[in-house]
Amino acid sequence: MGPREDKINNIGRRFFLKASSAATALAFIPRSVKAFYIDVKTRILGRKKVLPTSFIVNGRNYDLEVDSRSTLLDILREQLGLTGTKKGCDHGQCGACTVHVDGRRVLSCLTLALMAKGKEVTTIEGLAEGEELHPMQQAFLENDGFQCGYCTPGQIMSAVACVNEGHTGSTEEIKTYMSGNLCRCGAYNGITKAIQKVAQ
Amino acid sequence: MKPFDYHIASSLESALSLRNESASYIAGGTNEVDLMKKHIHQPDALVDVNGVLSAEIRPDNNGIEIGAVVKNSILAEDREIAEKYPLISEAILAGASPQIRNMATTAGNLMQRTRCPYFYDTALPCNKRSPGSGCGAAKGDNSHAAIIGASSECVAVHPSDLCVALVALDAEVRITEKDGSEKSIPFTDFHRLPGARPQLDTNLPEGSLITSVYVPGNEFYEHYAYLKIRERSEYAFALVSVAAALVLDENNIIKNARLASGGVAHKPWRWEEAEAFLTDRKASRSNFEEAAEICVDQTEPMEHNAYKVTLLRGAIETALVHCMDFKKG
Repeated sequence: MGPREDKINNIGRRFFLKASSAATALAFIPRSVKAFYIDVKTRILGRKKVLPTSFIVNGRNYDLEVDSRSTLLDILREQLGLTGTKKGCDHGQCGACTVHVDGRRVLSCLTLALMAKGKEVTTIEGLAEGEELHPMQQAFLENDGFQCGYCTPGQIMSAVACVNEGHTGSTEEIKTYMSGNLCRCGAYNGITKAIQKVAQ
Repeated sequence: MKPFDYHIASSLESALSLRNESASYIAGGTNEVDLMKKHIHQPDALVDVNGVLSAEIRPDNNGIEIGAVVKNSILAEDREIAEKYPLISEAILAGASPQIRNMATTAGNLMQRTRCPYFYDTALPCNKRSPGSGCGAAKGDNSHAAIIGASSECVAVHPSDLCVALVALDAEVRITEKDGSEKSIPFTDFHRLPGARPQLDTNLPEGSLITSVYVPGNEFYEHYAYLKIRERSEYAFALVSVAAALVLDENNIIKNARLASGGVAHKPWRWEEAEAFLTDRKASRSNFEEAAEICVDQTEPMEHNAYKVTLLRGAIETALVHCMDFKKG
């Protein structure tokens, strides 16, 4: 064993002893450490603001207390249990979170829940009539409009709006007006076919 | 996101008084919410101005007034706009996605921040986001940077399509200042070049609210084109864009020309020398080529963005040619 290795071993032993006694000491103060952490966090970030808001989702009225930072997407999924609407990029680039607000398609990930006050929201859960699927849902099934299905709720909400807006004149027009919804499986041809079917 | 307070303004006065250095206005939120999620903007409070600003499009005898919170999609679909100011519709529909256009507002479009990757990554230096930290793009990847009007402090470009049409049409931005006084800013002076203070995108006085955008009546509804070149065919920001519009007499002599570009500078860029060149000349391929040459002669590309100069030359020529295809009279 060379002198250099020996030294490394020595430091290792010393370091182990120091580190383990420090860890033992820390184990006795978890509460104060946690309290200190929370204290620093609130001092730097400030306390969260909880504010009232209310909106209608799929015909049902909700009166809610929400963290001002919550997006409509987070409230739908976490607080109302409507997990059909998906969180993809969370930055308005993929369209997975598309819902209708007052009849127009929007991105729920860039809508603060407080901005939706007094509005009427429709999500994928609000399309079917009981057991009967919405024609667009049926058309997606029949035309292979999806593979993994993650982007599908957003695609269907966007597709329903695309037909309502009348942007189904050609394949090119459909693709242009569906460009805000990405599909990594590449089911675009099936999606376009489904929209053409419903538009007929 | 940092916790923040949320005020829904009940009047223009309350909106102006609630706004301070640590509070921001919010309308559509498509850019602001994203910037807050990324910790680029960290306001202590948001002032929701949707209820106190106009969402109407009002034509008058001399032009048309577009309310500050008119949604982009409503503006693009408006009949009066599509018939008499079609360049505005074309520019809007070339940008964003249908969902975003349903949320984003007219004033918000003017106030959106650059999409320079160095501005968006808080781990990297950026004088616009954090003054004094340096410009990462100047010596880093400047493939998306400005080719005209940049400074040593900032090489970012303004991302809007709508603003390119508005600057071409000589629009004006109507504002209410913090003290309640009303003012109008010519569109060409609204956005600024970065100079030594790139943290400021516009000349809008601190705390002021945009109340509307006014577009004077014009004859650019027959021969116009908005051409946008991007990295994919839809839903991407411009590498280079061109708004072109001509007024021609019966012999195809250009009586009035407008030429503006996006993706090339810190502000929507007007090519006034090229406009002056085209005026009283024949609308011909060779004159269009010369006009494009006048524009590209003024550019100063960087290490990675010389390709934009080539794109620009072609885009200007093509847009002017497209102006001749549109005969809707």
